[in-house]
Amino acid sequence: MQAFLDQLIADGYFAGVPPQLVYAIAIVAAAAVVIFGFVLNVAGVTTFIERRVWARIQSRIGPNRVGPQGILQWLADGIKLLMKEELVPAAADATLFKLAPYVVVMGFVAAFVAMPFSSVLIAADLNLGILYITAVTSLVVVGILMAGWASNNKWSLIGGIRSAAQIVSYEIPAALSIFTIVLITGTLSMQSIIKAQGWAPWDWFLFYSPFTFVSFWILFTALLAEGNRTPFDLPEAESELVAGFVTEYSGARYLFFFLVEWGNLYVISAILVTLFLGGWQVPHVTDNPVLLNLLQFVTFFVKSYFGVILMMWIRATLPRIRVDQLMSTCWKYLVPMAFVNFVGTAVWVAIWPNGNRPVWIAMTVLGFALLFYFFYRVEFHRRRSGAELLFSPFS
Amino acid sequence: MANPVSTYLRNIIDTATTVFEGMAVTCSHFIRKPSTVQYPDRVPLRVQDTLPFRYRGILEVDLEICTGCLACERACPIDCIVIGATKDKQTKQMILTRFDIDIAKCMYCGLCSEPCPTGSIHHTPEFEGADFSLESMIRRYVKEPVAAYKPKKVETDPVVAPILERGMRYLEEFAAPEGGAPAPGADEAESAA
Repeated sequence: MQAFLDQLIADGYFAGVPPQLVYAIAIVAAAAVVIFGFVLNVAGVTTFIERRVWARIQSRIGPNRVGPQGILQWLADGIKLLMKEELVPAAADATLFKLAPYVVVMGFVAAFVAMPFSSVLIAADLNLGILYITAVTSLVVVGILMAGWASNNKWSLIGGIRSAAQIVSYEIPAALSIFTIVLITGTLSMQSIIKAQGWAPWDWFLFYSPFTFVSFWILFTALLAEGNRTPFDLPEAESELVAGFVTEYSGARYLFFFLVEWGNLYVISAILVTLFLGGWQVPHVTDNPVLLNLLQFVTFFVKSYFGVILMMWIRATLPRIRVDQLMSTCWKYLVPMAFVNFVGTAVWVAIWPNGNRPVWIAMTVLGFALLFYFFYRVEFHRRRSGAELLFSPFS
Repeated sequence: MANPVSTYLRNIIDTATTVFEGMAVTCSHFIRKPSTVQYPDRVPLRVQDTLPFRYRGILEVDLEICTGCLACERACPIDCIVIGATKDKQTKQMILTRFDIDIAKCMYCGLCSEPCPTGSIHHTPEFEGADFSLESMIRRYVKEPVAAYKPKKVETDPVVAPILERGMRYLEEFAAPEGGAPAPGADEAESAA
C-alpha cells in the first residue's frame, strides 16, 4: 500500500501535503473500510450463528423468520437497538459514560491492524505484532472499567472491577503461552510466525512439542477469560449482577459493547490460529497471486471461524464458575503450568533448534487420535440417546 | 488426607477429562433433530388434530341432543354456563331460550360434561380462543328458542341419531369420572401397589 501511495505522491496528487499526513489519512481510510466491510459484518453474523448453534445444542431451532433461515436477524436486532432511546442516568458521570463504549470499540478494532488475513492482506506487519495485539486488546478493560465506574451503579461497578481483575490475572498465562511460540520463532511479527509454520498439521506449532500443545489450551482458556466469555463471563453474570457493566446502557452504546464481545471471538480465534494452527498457510497450488491470496484468506477465515464455533459450543456446555474458582484456576493452575511450558520449550529449543521432527509427527498422530476418540464418545452418547439425527443446519 | 501433589494433578486431569466428556455430550445434541414445533404456521398438520383424545379444549354444545336438564349449569363451579329453559304448558315440553358459555370464565375443569345425560356439552380440541373483547368470548348457542331433546321420543330421527351416538360415545370414553374404559394393565398395577 505504501508503494501505491508513494506512486500517487510522485505523480503530484497530493502536492503541498506532507507525505506523513497522506500515510496517516490513508491508514485511517483503510481502517474504516476494514471496519465497515469486515468487522461489523463478522460480529453481526456471529451473533446470529451463535444463537443458532446454541439452539441446536438445546434441541431448539433458533431465529429463522427474518430473511431466509433468519440470516437477517442480526440486522433487525442492530437496527432495533440503534433506534432505541439512549438513556444517561442522572447520577452518572455523563462524559465517561458516553466515552466508554468508544474506548472498548477502539481497543477491539485496533487489534485488526496487525491481523494477518493472507500473505499480503495485513494493514501493518508490525515487527512486534503479537505484543501489539496483546496490548491493544487490554484497552478493552479500560473501557469496561470506565463504563462500570461512570454508571454510578453498584452492579456496574462490581462488573467492571471483576473484568479488570480477570483480565489482569489472565494476561500472565496468556503472555507466557504466547512466549513459547516466540521462543521457537524468535520473532514477534505475526507474518513471520505464520511463515515459520506450514500448511500441513504436522508443520503447525500446536504439535511442535508436548509443551506447545498444552500452551495452546492454556492460551485458549486465558483468552476466553480475557474476552469475558463463558465460563468466565463473571463481569456480566446476569444472575448476580443484572448485566454487569452494561446494566445502565441502552441503544447504540449497548450495541457497541456487544459488537465488541462477539467481534472479540474472532480476534481470539485469529490469534490462536496465527500462533498455533498455521495461519493462512496453504499448499502452493497456483502461481496466480490474487487467487493464492484469496485461498489464504479463506483458509484463515475458516480456521478462525472454527475457533469461534468452538467457543459458542463451550458456552453451551460449561456453567459459569465462581469468582474464587476463577482466581484459583488462573493463579494455582494456569500460571504454574504456563511457567513449566515456558521453561520446557526453552530447553526444547536449546536442544533441538529446528524442532524434533519425530516428536512433531508423533504429536500430530496423537492429536488426531484424540480427535477420533472424541468422535467415538460423541457417537457413544448419540447411540445411547437413540435420538433422530439431523446434520443439516437448516430447519 | 490425600497427598496435595496428587490432589493437584488429579484436579488438572479431572478438569481436562470432564470438559472433554461434556463437550462430547453437547456435540451429540448438536447433531440431533430439534424438537421444536413451529406453531402456528409451520406445522405439518393442525395442532388441534394432533392433540390427545381427552384434551379439554373450548366447550361446545350440540343443541339437538340437549335435554335442558340444567345438570351442567349446576355442576359448573364458577357459573360460566347460563341456561334459560322454560316448560311449555300446552305440549309439556322444555323450551331452551338461552344457552350461554362464557369462555373467558371457563377453567376447563370438565365437570359440566360428566353429568350430561346425552353428551351434549363436550370439550373440543379447539384452543385458539383469543378475541378482541370480553363480550365476544361468550358463546351463545341458542339463536331462537328451540325445543329441548326428549329421550322418550320417536327413536330413529335420522338427523339426531348420529349426533346422539357421538354424544354417548363421548360420555363413555371421555366424561366418565374414572376416565372411561380402564387402560389394559391398570388393574394389575393397582393391585400390585
